[in-house]
Amino acid sequence: MSKRETDEVTGVETTGHEWDGIKELDNPLPRWWLWVFWACVAYAIVYWILMPAWPGINGYTKGVMGHSDRAQVARELETLREVRGEGAARLTNATLQEIEADPDLQQYALAVGQSVFGDNCATCHGVGGAGAKGYPNLLDDIWLWDGTLDGIHQTLQVGIRSGAEGARFSQMPAFGRDQLLTSAQINDLTELVMVLSRREADQEAVGRARPIYAEQCASCHGAAGLGDHTQGAPNLTDAEWLYGASREEIRTQIWSGRNGVMPAWAGRFDDETLKALAVYVHANAGGR
Amino acid sequence: MTVVIDRTKPPEGDPAPKGPRSAAARARGKGDAGGGLYKPRTPIYPKLVQGRWRNIKWILLVLTLAVYYVTPWIRWDRPGDLPDQAVLVDFAGRRFYFFFIQLWPQEVYFITGLLVIAALALFLTSALFGRLWCGYACPQTVWTDLYIYIERMFEGDRNARMKLDASPWSINKAWRKSGKHATWLAVAFGTGGAWIFYFHDAPSLLRDFWVGQAPMTAYVSCAILTFTTYALAGAMREQVCIYMCPWPRIQGAMLDQHSLQVTYLSDRGEPRAPHKKGASWEGRGDCIDCNACVVVCPMGIDIRNGSQLECINCGLCVDACDEIMVKVGRPKGLIAYDTDAAVAARSCGEKPVYKLIRPRTLYYAGALALVGGLTLWGLATRSPLDVHVLRDRNPTFVRMQDGDVRNSYTLKIANRTFEPVTAQVAFSGVAGAQIKTPGADVTQGPVALSVEPNQVRAVRVFVTASPEALPQTNMPATFTVQAAGATQAVTTTFLSGAANAR
Repeated sequence: MSKRETDEVTGVETTGHEWDGIKELDNPLPRWWLWVFWACVAYAIVYWILMPAWPGINGYTKGVMGHSDRAQVARELETLREVRGEGAARLTNATLQEIEADPDLQQYALAVGQSVFGDNCATCHGVGGAGAKGYPNLLDDIWLWDGTLDGIHQTLQVGIRSGAEGARFSQMPAFGRDQLLTSAQINDLTELVMVLSRREADQEAVGRARPIYAEQCASCHGAAGLGDHTQGAPNLTDAEWLYGASREEIRTQIWSGRNGVMPAWAGRFDDETLKALAVYVHANAGGR
Repeated sequence: MTVVIDRTKPPEGDPAPKGPRSAAARARGKGDAGGGLYKPRTPIYPKLVQGRWRNIKWILLVLTLAVYYVTPWIRWDRPGDLPDQAVLVDFAGRRFYFFFIQLWPQEVYFITGLLVIAALALFLTSALFGRLWCGYACPQTVWTDLYIYIERMFEGDRNARMKLDASPWSINKAWRKSGKHATWLAVAFGTGGAWIFYFHDAPSLLRDFWVGQAPMTAYVSCAILTFTTYALAGAMREQVCIYMCPWPRIQGAMLDQHSLQVTYLSDRGEPRAPHKKGASWEGRGDCIDCNACVVVCPMGIDIRNGSQLECINCGLCVDACDEIMVKVGRPKGLIAYDTDAAVAARSCGEKPVYKLIRPRTLYYAGALALVGGLTLWGLATRSPLDVHVLRDRNPTFVRMQDGDVRNSYTLKIANRTFEPVTAQVAFSGVAGAQIKTPGADVTQGPVALSVEPNQVRAVRVFVTASPEALPQTNMPATFTVQAAGATQAVTTTFLSGAANAR
């Protein structure tokens, strides 16, 4: 129930509301407060005129300042390119080995490399570079192709089975699917690969497989199964393989011979980015 | 002050119409042509007063302003490219410099500690001595005092100012008013201008500022502070304290009847009445109702109404009243720093008791000592070296061609000194573990990493161990970093989930 009454002490009217016996005086607001309110209204109107403000059906009011967040971002990126120009020039003018030897330049290359890796390489190789089934782990010291600094740089430029000119290329035949070998022969070969990677296997089958290996596999994987970096042939003695190391996985790979693809990055990145990426991948890899 | 609405008593002496009056009606009644519900500010013309508290206020005014204006110009030699400014909030470099102390953004808890200390100190002084901060040290009070001083220079004291405001426009009035406002604006500009020196190197900013080369933030900050200083100290004054500042509301929780506050000793002053020279003082109070306390008040209140929200405890009315008491030959201190409890005790004829030690003052002092002690302890034992170890989680480990297991860690080594340091990073916990940084050779011993002065260096560290040295899949391990005479050991783990599976 609201009942307006006058406070005896101050002569001011109350608002008429009461909360547990507490009443509120209806004092006027100070005049400056009103000014602040009108100043805010004026500010809002000026803002509407100057800046993008009101949504419409086919867009929005643009404002006379011509402000645009997109243009702002474009300007900032341009500035960024200018700022990075100096570091980029240093990368361009140095050899890969020089970059790695200069702690300062190496730090810079690692930072650039990490950022580029996260945006472009992590999709397949993982954020940390650990890879996944079919995508090589870049953190160990096991390389299919040349794992030296220059070798990594080359792989980055041309890719693997990418179709680009000079691309790294090799092909693991699909011995089973293309009927190059019988199913029994492939079973025997699987046992041989198990032995090569120091695991238990059927010795009789291994004996049968040896001549087949010498004829079909040794040209790429080597007589002792140590692999060949020039052909991207994996080392068959370490059991760290793209498509898994179990008996079934080995058999599947001999049967259908999967061949992964890595794009060529030469046209997509400029020279200094490729160098930085090579240094980054080489630095995180376990040696060579 | 408690307002009791008591409708049992008839209204006193007010010839105003009976019954409720709306705010609008009252505004109309005062001839407010704006016709608003909004109350114009009633101008206050504080009279100049002399005395002990006024002198203390002048001294504090000069001291606080001097601290404000001089601090950014104090030089403090730091090596290399580091700023040579004693007090600097370096946003671009993300550092806070304070003489020999230098704080990083991640040490913001020291600032938190400082703010908590400041709040508790404010609580404690309020509980003990009332609103000393408001009356003597608050920038609003200091700058308002300075502005009133300037106003007095141009327009004279209270009576002259009132007369000038009431008079029609003339050359005399115009130059006095414009002179005052020009000086106010200059002071406001100086205030805003001094503020920005805390955020950039002062001498170079001063030069850049005038040639248009200073950062936009400097110009904008300077403009905003110029405006706020001019508006708050020149035009709004007591309105800031009454309407804008939350502190007068909060202080209600700090004060009690034992807090020292500017108090009218009603037990001694009442009943008040004008006094003729030579008349007897028998049967009456010492207050001669001269209004000296009211005219000097910068808040425009009558202290004789008791403690009230508007009062900032500045003590100018104490000085004004003492002056009068000396003139009429009565003892000083009719208005004094006193407590409500003492006034109540004296009016009952008892001896007043002053209690400085009370539960609330003990709590505040205890909390202040605790937080202050913790902050000081934190500052004193602050290491010049800060090490964080982030182990790679994707993947947790990698197996190498020869069967060894490798774990990767990112070490963040912060060098908080002003000299370049070489940190010796050692790894322990796994027998025969080899340690390597990108591009460097594998080693068994500690790795030396140089860290630039005042910088953090993040380095990936690879640790390789043979499966024979890994009896568990999860080995507790420690990175020990030595640099700048400090050693930090950070525990982590060496994982080798499948190392034993084969």
